[in-house]
Amino acid sequence: MGKLLEVKHLKKYFPTKSGMLHAVDDVSFSIEEGKTLGVVGESGCGKSTLGRVILHLLPLTEGTILYNGKDISNPSKTELHELRRNMQMVFQDPYSSINPRQSVAEIIGEPLKVYRVCKTKAEYHERVRELMDIVGLPERYEHSYPHELDGGRRQRIGIGRALALNPRFIVCDEPVSALDVSIQAQILNLMMDLQEERNLTYIFVTHDLSVVKHISDDIMVMYLGVVVEKSAARALFEKQLHPYTKALLSAIPRAKLGGARNRILLKGELTSPIEPPKACRFAVRCPYATDRCAQEEPTLEEVLPEHYVACHYVKEINRL
Amino acid sequence: MELLEIKNLVVQYSVGRDVVQAVNGISLTVKEGATIGLVGETGAGKTTTALSVMGLVPNPPGKVKSGEILLDGEDLLKKSNKEMRKIRGKDIAMIFQDPMTSLNPVMTVGEQIMEVIQLHEKISRQDAQKKACEMLELVGIPGQRYGEYPHQFSGGMKQRVIIAIALACNPRLLIADEPTTALDVTIQAQVLDMMRRLKETYKTAMILITHDLGVVAEVCDQVAIMYAGEIVEKGTLEDIYESPRHPYTIGLFQSIPDLDVESERLNIIPGMMPDPAALPEGCNFCERCQHATEQCKKQPPVVRLSDTHEVQCFLAQDEKGGE
Repeated sequence: MGKLLEVKHLKKYFPTKSGMLHAVDDVSFSIEEGKTLGVVGESGCGKSTLGRVILHLLPLTEGTILYNGKDISNPSKTELHELRRNMQMVFQDPYSSINPRQSVAEIIGEPLKVYRVCKTKAEYHERVRELMDIVGLPERYEHSYPHELDGGRRQRIGIGRALALNPRFIVCDEPVSALDVSIQAQILNLMMDLQEERNLTYIFVTHDLSVVKHISDDIMVMYLGVVVEKSAARALFEKQLHPYTKALLSAIPRAKLGGARNRILLKGELTSPIEPPKACRFAVRCPYATDRCAQEEPTLEEVLPEHYVACHYVKEINRL
Repeated sequence: MELLEIKNLVVQYSVGRDVVQAVNGISLTVKEGATIGLVGETGAGKTTTALSVMGLVPNPPGKVKSGEILLDGEDLLKKSNKEMRKIRGKDIAMIFQDPMTSLNPVMTVGEQIMEVIQLHEKISRQDAQKKACEMLELVGIPGQRYGEYPHQFSGGMKQRVIIAIALACNPRLLIADEPTTALDVTIQAQVLDMMRRLKETYKTAMILITHDLGVVAEVCDQVAIMYAGEIVEKGTLEDIYESPRHPYTIGLFQSIPDLDVESERLNIIPGMMPDPAALPEGCNFCERCQHATEQCKKQPPVVRLSDTHEVQCFLAQDEKGGE
């Protein structure tokens, strides 16, 4: 299987009054067809921006994006129109990402109209019903409006809309974080089934490591715009090498007794992403930081096979 | 010693012609110094229960239909607004879910802490100010930030300010409504750690409302699981986490993605919560329950499994009867 998407040295800066905000700073990765890359991090780490830049919902500042081997970094309007047929997005908030004045069928059918996929009205209606069936929306909701449905069903509309044009690649931006656990499990299962049936490729952006563990093949952990650790999902959950990943994983409250685990409590909070100094961005909160971390920016290096970490002291910390 | 006792509380909201049955006869006891977790999904009636205790159910459309809420044996539902104002903030304090919207944006954080203290204590302005500074330090914010406005604080810091306000008058009962839901995990860990320490120091009883069974396992001693306005199961942490008996509780545990176990698919509870304006007859969970039988169309009994463990389900009764 080939690489469907390749991103090289991607940067996205936002100009602000007090200087350049480095939302995504030199991020590189690739995804094979049919696989899922989980992008994990806390608010403000640039994970959503990354997803949006890849889909050209935001213009990139620097870097290259290759889709199927073709450079799509600066597409023309017609190229973009064609790309969107193959690259879709499921948004975080099922309350604000769908038009409240359109019925369920109209929302799901809109991409079909924009791309003039169906030749006849009958074909169009049939396709909309088929899509509703795929995402598990009963036909009786066809003429319902979003406000009549709960969060889980609304998210199903969002997924149906993303699937309408048979895309190959979908960016899922926190698709389950607004949902209750029992509904969250339903939606995650649906997304995994769809991936299997259609050989879809996902970028799954989330703050929830337990969700991402379930759905991803590879995981990329971001902190303040940079990638701090990247590896296969299984390897990452077996052994976290970067101090931030360790802390992040240990901070998750587990629904189990005997929670006297060795929790790493981080000091302080995220520092400002505006004009960050040439240093390790995690150094301020890192329990292992030294002077070197405040002066020199670590690069992402292959520490174990296929396991990349950006930390000066990764070997010492993990006794490798 | 029982601090708070809720008996058969029923709260309804009238929306147009519909009557939304938000809380349907729940009973709950909070002992002094204990922490009880009230767990459930959106619409289970957790927040309405909390608002009833505070006397803050918006009326109209909401109305406490029946039941008693006893604080030290005195029924809060019979108190006048004026009397309730003296209790709120002093005896019972509440932390609201969203730290972004529950602070006043045009008042400094220090003044907001001071406000509570001055309302409930005979104290000079200087002393109140000093105490407000101490409260800020207590929750890990430097006292110099007294004069800053909420927008100058991050989400985690704002939640700390709210906790400082809630604890300012040493309440005996603290109701925390999803106190960490809006926060990132590493910040959540900090705030939970702090809440646990403060609870131990001040022996404050707490009702922690959350949908996160992980948070409950870390902070609480007792758990009550709510579903569609009823408490379907309650017990100690061990009762609920080690031998859950209600099919909903079991389903809830299974639908959480587990970090320590390898599995391909998540177990799900089919369907969704019933419309609270049109609850099914009998057991509210029966439409989603794989064990449902004919008898579930009647109101299920509350079965006492032990001194601490109670479950509202026919299944438990049948099993107990068979023993």
